[in-house]
Order: sequence, then C-alpha cells, then structure tokens
Amino acid sequence: MKKFLMGNEILAQAAYDAGAKIMFAYPITPSTEIFETWIELAETRKQRDKETTKMQYLQAEDEMAAGFGVIGACLAGVPAFTATAGPGNVLMQDAFSMAEALRIPTVAMIMQRGGLSTSTVIYSQEEVTLTCFGGNGEGFRIVYSPSSLKELYDYALKAFWVAWQYRFPTFILADGYQGKMKGEIEIRDTGYGIRDTKCKPILREGVNLRNCYDLEEEIGEIILTYNDNYAKMRPEVEEYEEYKTDRAEFFLIAHGIVSAACKQAIDELRKKNFKVGLFRPITLRPFPTQAAGKILRKAKQIITLESASGQLARLFKDELYWLNMPFIEINKPAVGFTPEEIVKTVREILK
Amino acid sequence: MKIPRFPKCYKVETKPHKFCPGCGHPIVLKMLGQVIDEMKIADKVIFLVDIGCSLLAWDFFDLPTSQTHHGRTVPVAKGFKMADPKKIVIAYVGDGGGYAIGLQHTITSALRGDPITTILVNNTVYAMTGGQLAPTTVEGEITTTTPLGKKESQLATIKGPEILSQVAPQGSFIGRSSTNKPLVLKQYLKQAIEAQMRGNYSFVEVLSACPLNWKTDAKGTIERMKKLEESFKVEIFSKS
Repeated sequence: MKKFLMGNEILAQAAYDAGAKIMFAYPITPSTEIFETWIELAETRKQRDKETTKMQYLQAEDEMAAGFGVIGACLAGVPAFTATAGPGNVLMQDAFSMAEALRIPTVAMIMQRGGLSTSTVIYSQEEVTLTCFGGNGEGFRIVYSPSSLKELYDYALKAFWVAWQYRFPTFILADGYQGKMKGEIEIRDTGYGIRDTKCKPILREGVNLRNCYDLEEEIGEIILTYNDNYAKMRPEVEEYEEYKTDRAEFFLIAHGIVSAACKQAIDELRKKNFKVGLFRPITLRPFPTQAAGKILRKAKQIITLESASGQLARLFKDELYWLNMPFIEINKPAVGFTPEEIVKTVREILK
Repeated sequence: MKIPRFPKCYKVETKPHKFCPGCGHPIVLKMLGQVIDEMKIADKVIFLVDIGCSLLAWDFFDLPTSQTHHGRTVPVAKGFKMADPKKIVIAYVGDGGGYAIGLQHTITSALRGDPITTILVNNTVYAMTGGQLAPTTVEGEITTTTPLGKKESQLATIKGPEILSQVAPQGSFIGRSSTNKPLVLKQYLKQAIEAQMRGNYSFVEVLSACPLNWKTDAKGTIERMKKLEESFKVEIFSKS
C-alpha cells in the first residue's frame, strides 16, 4: 500500500507494523512527530479493537525515564521503543548502557542534532560516536544509518526483529532532514515484523539479574562472552551498499543522507570519466568491515564525507587501518552536502 | 527452642545475606517476605532493586529480580507494569535513589498514580559509598561530606511521604514505618501491596539503621532510631 508520509511518521508506522506495543518518549525536536504519530496509531487501534489492544504510550518525565521504561517493558517480554535526539540521546545513554549490560532488546530512533550541547535541530551526523559507543562499555550495539524514506521504513521494521533475535540494543540513526521530509512510501510486510512468540519475558521465574559485580574477573568474563556473541552475530547483521564500484578506482565513503548526495555526484563524475564509486556502511555498528575490505582493496584513493568532524572516518580507520592507502577526510561538522559541491571537491582532489 | 523459619520466598542458598551486621535492610526484606508468603503472591511479584545498599537484594528472594541503575528503578517498574499489568511490581530503593537522583521519577509516579509499590529505605546517609549527606540527613548529623554537621538552614530534610500524599490520587497508600516497629512495617507493606492490587499507587518509606556509618553500638542505634521517629513521623499519610 502506498502512502504519502513524513519521515518521522514513517518511523512510527514501521514500529507499528513491526509489532511494537509501547512507546516511551520525552518530546525533543526533531524527533517529536514519531511519538505524536505513534499516539495517533495507538488511539485509532484502541477505538477499533476496544479493550483487546496492547498498544500503549507514555510521555515520560525525562529521557532517563523513557529509556528505562523501554527496559521495563522489554523485561516483561513486550517489544517497546523510544525516540530522541541530541541532549536527549546523551541522557538516554544511562538506559542504553544497562540495556547493553543485561542484553535487553531496546529499540531507539535517534534523529541527530548538531553536536556540542543543545545546538541545532534540523540536520547533522554528530551523534555517530555517541550512538555507537555511548555507554561505559564496549559498544555492544546495532546501529542502522538509513538514507531515504524507504529505508527509514525498512530498517525501523527490521530493528525490532534484530534486537530481539540477537538481544543487543538497536538504533535507527537518522536526522531531522530525513525525519521532516515527505514523500510517497510503499508500506509492505517484509517479513521482518516481530512475532509475539519471539518476545518472551526476560525477567521470569528463577531469574535474578544484576549489573553490579564483586570481582573484576566476573565482569571480565561476561564482557568476553558478549564479545564472542557480537563477533558471531556480525556476518548476519552487517549491511552495506555499493554504488558504481565496478572498475572504480576512487571511492567515496559516506553514510545516511550524505551517501544519497554522493550517489548523485557520482553519476555526474562518471559522465566526465572519473572512475568513482561509493561504499556506504548501512550498519555503523557492527561496521561492515569484511565487505569494505574486499571492495576497497584495490582503491587508489579513499575519501570519506560526513556532516561531522571525522566520526565516520574514525570508525572506518579503526576497522580498516590495514588498507594503507591514500585517505582524505571531507568533514563538514553539522552541515549538509550538495551533490554539486561533492562533484567540485572530488574533481579538485583527483585532478 | 523453635527457630523461626525463613519466609518461603527467600532464596535459601544466598543466605546469610550480604548486608552488614545491624543493618535495617534485612528487617525490611524479612517483613516483605512474610507479607508475600501470607498473601500467597510469590508467583506474581516482580522485584526491582536500585543501586546503593539496596542492590545487595538482587538475589535475596527466589522471585524474578533485577538490579536497575541508580534512581531508575521506578521507571523500570512502570514500564514492566504497563507491559504486564497482572504482575505485582515492587521497586526497592534507598533515600539517594528515591529522593535525590531519582526524585523526578518518585514524584511523577505519584502524580500519575502508577499501580506499583515503591519501598524506600531511609537511613539518613549514603551508606554504600561510606556515609555521605543524603536528602534525609537530619539537623546536626555528621557525615563525611558534612563534617561540621548538616545545617537545616542550608538544605531542608526531605519528608517524602508528606510530599507524595499531597500529590497522589485518591486511593493511594502512602506511609512511613520503621525497622524499630517491624509489625507496623509489615502491616504497611501489606496495605501497600493491596493498594497496588486494587490498581492504586503505593509508597512506603522505612526508617532504617546504619550502625556502620552512624558509628553507633546496639544501644546507640536503638536510641538514634527512637530519635529519628521524632523527626520522621511513623504513620499513614494517604487519605483513602
């Protein structure tokens, strides 16, 4: 079914279609419409199904309460989620680090704001590091960076399934630009909707959970186990996109909405015989390292482009330091890219 | 001599418990255990504990139990209760978790009339970290962060049940008891859980001893507890 929706409305619709039951949130621009749309969906469903529906929502007193509310619902075996941005994402790290420690399948939609404190509300890629590694731990998280309205739907739908399948906190990392954009979107069942049978209570008879330990060795062992689980999961979860990489010599690396601008720029550059392609990580955590290594092995030049000061570049370098090839970062912290300027910049570099 | 048995809902293999000698927590937990046994609700209870000394209760009962984060037990309890309203959800917190770092949750939960039970153990200090100022520290009390004695003129002592009873809806159960009066405490805990089962908000503050940080002997501890009951009234505050 085709619908004309705003990005934030699409995210709420995807959570609904995925089978999420409760949304906890504290309003913050540019994520607020996700919560408003969820309330509308829940109330409509309530009118239709009367008492039988389990669809609920809670406007919490702050982001900590919203994050921990999601944890409470997940402990009871009910898929729940939240949405936030910027300083709200900072506060919610309290809950996300507990979710990481106790393997609680929280889902959060992060609509990035400009970095450094309260900052701007429309667009940025300044919350990559925070969302991937915000806790006091190892970053045992799954982070999707969609780049279009269609992907907002597809990956938000998938996020719930992945969270409950692997029991790592899962994030949709987008921005105000995607959230406020409107367009036509195909709403369809991709089979990734979570089935109620998958969600069993985590806190049940015989279960005592803790996140505070007596001995260093105890927590050390748990971290090692999680490390193994995470490594084992990686090939099943890592996702990427390559664009015009066939016989490409120069590679742009970008994620989210910047990668969409890169594709248009590549079309232009190809017309002028520049052998340019795009490698786009869709999962920022875990980073699609294996695929990147294969695709970029023969590159003559790598250029990362991002609306942050090297947050994506750092992820890339951490994972693929061994590529050892010419590498340039184009950083526009908290500011967007047009295809035209990418064409111009890349031509100058490759001249 | 007949030795009184452990409450049935105790997890026997984790006894002796981890609290310090003379601590009030085990008295609160024992009374709670007896109430759970007598009400025959062990199969329905979800027990959530805060950080601070209350975290030591994470495996105290043979009940589904989880530690949370400091101050965040009430929102986890709220989330759980929304997801599974048939369960009896108990948030077990200290005065730091409930009245300082998580005060916004304590008050908002009362404003909403959440059908959960919060048990807040008030020993007038931050005990796990070694005896610092708490929102409940009383006039003149020496703590490691008020070495000259706490001054009421600089920070008034919080009276939780008194505040919450002003904002919680009709039908709530809000009371303060004391480990010095275990049977009153037991009665309040029972009434609080009954309130939750009726769909109402419930909150019990418990005055409790911390001889380790108070640096009191048995006699001194009892005297101090009696004195505390003069500044913190043991009674039911809610009007149902």
